[in-house]
Amino acid sequence: MALADTQPGQDLAEALVEQVRDASSRRTPLRIVGADTKRFYGRAVAAEALQVSGHRGVLRYDPAELVVTARAGTPLAEIEALLARHGQRLPFEPPAFGTAATIGGTVAAGLAGPARIARGPVRDSVLGARLLTGDGRVLKFGGEVMKNVAGYDVSRLLAGSLGILGVLLEVSLKVLPVAAGTRTLRRRVDAQAAIDTLVDCARRGLPVTASFWHAGELSLRLEGSRASLDEIAASVGGDTIGGVDAAAFWQEVREHRHPFFASAYPLWRLHLPLSAAGASVVRQDRVVFEWNGAQAWLDGGDRPAIDLVARTAGGHATLFRPVAPGAGDAGEVFAPLPSALLDLHRAVKRVFDPLGILNPGRMYAGL
Amino acid sequence: MAADPRLLQELAAVLGPGLLCSAEACVAFECDALTAHRRSPDLVALPTSVEQVQEILRICRRHAVPVVARGSGTGLSGGALPIAGGLLLVLSRLNQVLEVDPRRGLARVQPGVTNLAVSEAAAPCGMYYAPDPSSQVACSVGGNVAENSGGVHCLKYGLTVHNVLEVKLVTMDGELLTLGAETGEAPGLNLLAAVVGSEGLLGVVVEVTVRLLPIPRRVELLLAAFDDVGRCAAAVGQVIAAGIVPAGLEMMDAPAIRAAEAFARCGYPLDAQALLLCEVDGLPADVDDELARVRTVLESAGATSVRVAADANERARMWSGRKSAFPAVGRLAPDYYCMDGTIPRRHLAEVLAQIAALSKAHGLDVANVFHAGDGNLHPLILFDAGKDDELERAERFGAEILEACVAAGGTVTGEHGVGIEKLGPMCLQFTGAELEAFHALKRAFDPAGLLNPGKAVPTLARCADYGALHVHGGKLPHAHLPRF
Repeated sequence: MALADTQPGQDLAEALVEQVRDASSRRTPLRIVGADTKRFYGRAVAAEALQVSGHRGVLRYDPAELVVTARAGTPLAEIEALLARHGQRLPFEPPAFGTAATIGGTVAAGLAGPARIARGPVRDSVLGARLLTGDGRVLKFGGEVMKNVAGYDVSRLLAGSLGILGVLLEVSLKVLPVAAGTRTLRRRVDAQAAIDTLVDCARRGLPVTASFWHAGELSLRLEGSRASLDEIAASVGGDTIGGVDAAAFWQEVREHRHPFFASAYPLWRLHLPLSAAGASVVRQDRVVFEWNGAQAWLDGGDRPAIDLVARTAGGHATLFRPVAPGAGDAGEVFAPLPSALLDLHRAVKRVFDPLGILNPGRMYAGL
Repeated sequence: MAADPRLLQELAAVLGPGLLCSAEACVAFECDALTAHRRSPDLVALPTSVEQVQEILRICRRHAVPVVARGSGTGLSGGALPIAGGLLLVLSRLNQVLEVDPRRGLARVQPGVTNLAVSEAAAPCGMYYAPDPSSQVACSVGGNVAENSGGVHCLKYGLTVHNVLEVKLVTMDGELLTLGAETGEAPGLNLLAAVVGSEGLLGVVVEVTVRLLPIPRRVELLLAAFDDVGRCAAAVGQVIAAGIVPAGLEMMDAPAIRAAEAFARCGYPLDAQALLLCEVDGLPADVDDELARVRTVLESAGATSVRVAADANERARMWSGRKSAFPAVGRLAPDYYCMDGTIPRRHLAEVLAQIAALSKAHGLDVANVFHAGDGNLHPLILFDAGKDDELERAERFGAEILEACVAAGGTVTGEHGVGIEKLGPMCLQFTGAELEAFHALKRAFDPAGLLNPGKAVPTLARCADYGALHVHGGKLPHAHLPRF
């Protein structure tokens, strides 16, 4: 264990159970709040706040296990600092969107950052969770081991569930060692050629762990042993960006502090297959491509037009940030589900939140 | 069973010769690889299209007939054991690789395609499918999804759940749902995660889109010998703590080493108390770097010898002992039980010591050969079912091992699944409320409870007894398949 240098925690589980049971008995909806840094994401929920951020503290961390377990209200920054002191990190490089962001909110939002293309979505790093259901049950799923096929994999189901299935009390996440070396390369290239380059790198097994294309410029991040980076960098080509500048750049990309995002309202997020036509469907002057072209950010546009663009490419679109900060949006945020799948979502929600009091409508109306 | 003639008529209209009703034809499907349990199915359906699967399920739903889906029948926990009065839905004829696209890095396959066939189809593009359960020449991708199958490379490349992007699932109502997306990011809840590993209780998988990876440019295998099991187990954690995530990290103890060497002549050090096989893969320069670091860590961890395979031939020979360890151990005694618990790696030495103590207490030998990097134990308990109470003692021994795994913060099944075999041990790991939540989740997908009922999740009433894989006379089902 390596917890000697962590912040003291606080266990509010009993109080949270009481609050949820009380709300359940009053049939009163609750809005689950960590640090409220991602309030913009998903549909608006008009309900009493259930504050989880006080329920905090890293419970278990042993670098040799590659697992960290923390109460949901633990600040993401505290966990990342702890891991960094031991040469490790969260694989999915999550955006915080605010210094106080919590680990519970990070898992519930299910947002991964630039490294997602190399190290997978949030779901892939989830090993276990303790969940407070809408009727006040406390249930533990998964665990702290890499391989575990006992019972349905509910803990991974919770990644990206936006709190509609329950209040996360604890999460166990797989962590990975930080790579020995990193190199950021940059060059002028059009979007299609950039994506072709990235796809080619992936096919050759080159360790591209982040990519960002905007306004005719591609930046990509390589990670590996120092010995291999020189050779790979030479074969990929481009100008090398200095270490400090590169780290700052990827932090800007991860946290949406890059200038593109400052004026992008509404901001759309598109997931696109890596088929050859992927890049051609969007206007090149108002787009950012990440994840080798599998994720595009679009500045402006209305839903019918954006949906058409996304569907033409075989993907789907999310209204990531509404028209103006805080303006809200009455409509749907996520791409609509086929009716049979939406029915299944409702049935699954009832398993964990029979009265529908947790984050109602955050993901879809009526869910 | 005297099946309802209307049911037979409706099924025959959909399936034609793909419906088997005779006892002689059905008996071939009486068990999966957990052969201690057999029950000949009353009806076997062999659909050749997704539409047929949908029709079969609609018919069974109307007639309230339970359905057990089956791929290749290589499962180790009885998940595909037929159910009395039920229909066995065999998906082996849905066996087409529909698409391999190296640009998008994926393959789209039908559920009856074998695990290895996916990698074979991808090989001309220089790619492969990472999960490699030991039965990969025979096991089906649909079965892999049902079991969330692992293999020897999970620490670096993940389980099936990490390598499946999308599945098409037919519900008991005959509805065709798409879960997940080829981009790996689908709107809505992550229901794909719940379906992977659900042992056929939530729906029938009729198409799977898997992620392909480029074949590593370089692979190296290192063998380290130790004169102490505890030191070897501790070395596992030290490799990981040094910032290395090997492609494979396997451990064997002295009984397993000696049995494997006698069986496979693989060049293992017979004086060692334990050995580690460590595989590293990737770009040549990275592999060189990692190999050097692994060697340093293992030498300082007290390895008595460290050897790197000189070439592909020696690598194959070094792996052959590990991969033939189960049949090799099977020669040491008339019967053995194979357990499948997983524990946090830091408890490896302690739990192995507990297993050794239990071995003495029960008077039964045990050999350990397992996925050390994942903390996934496969203790093989040796016994003779023909001798007085040895079977009962072996069962108690196995149950106590799983109890030790749960007590150490682990799980009763790392990769073999629950099926019917570990219904008892599931009660060790989950509370009644958690088991009830699992049952409720099944009802959300399958309100009538017709898909593989009675498997994977015990009823609260059932929470009493324990079980384990029982192999008689060293004869594994599918004896030609490697098991590791």
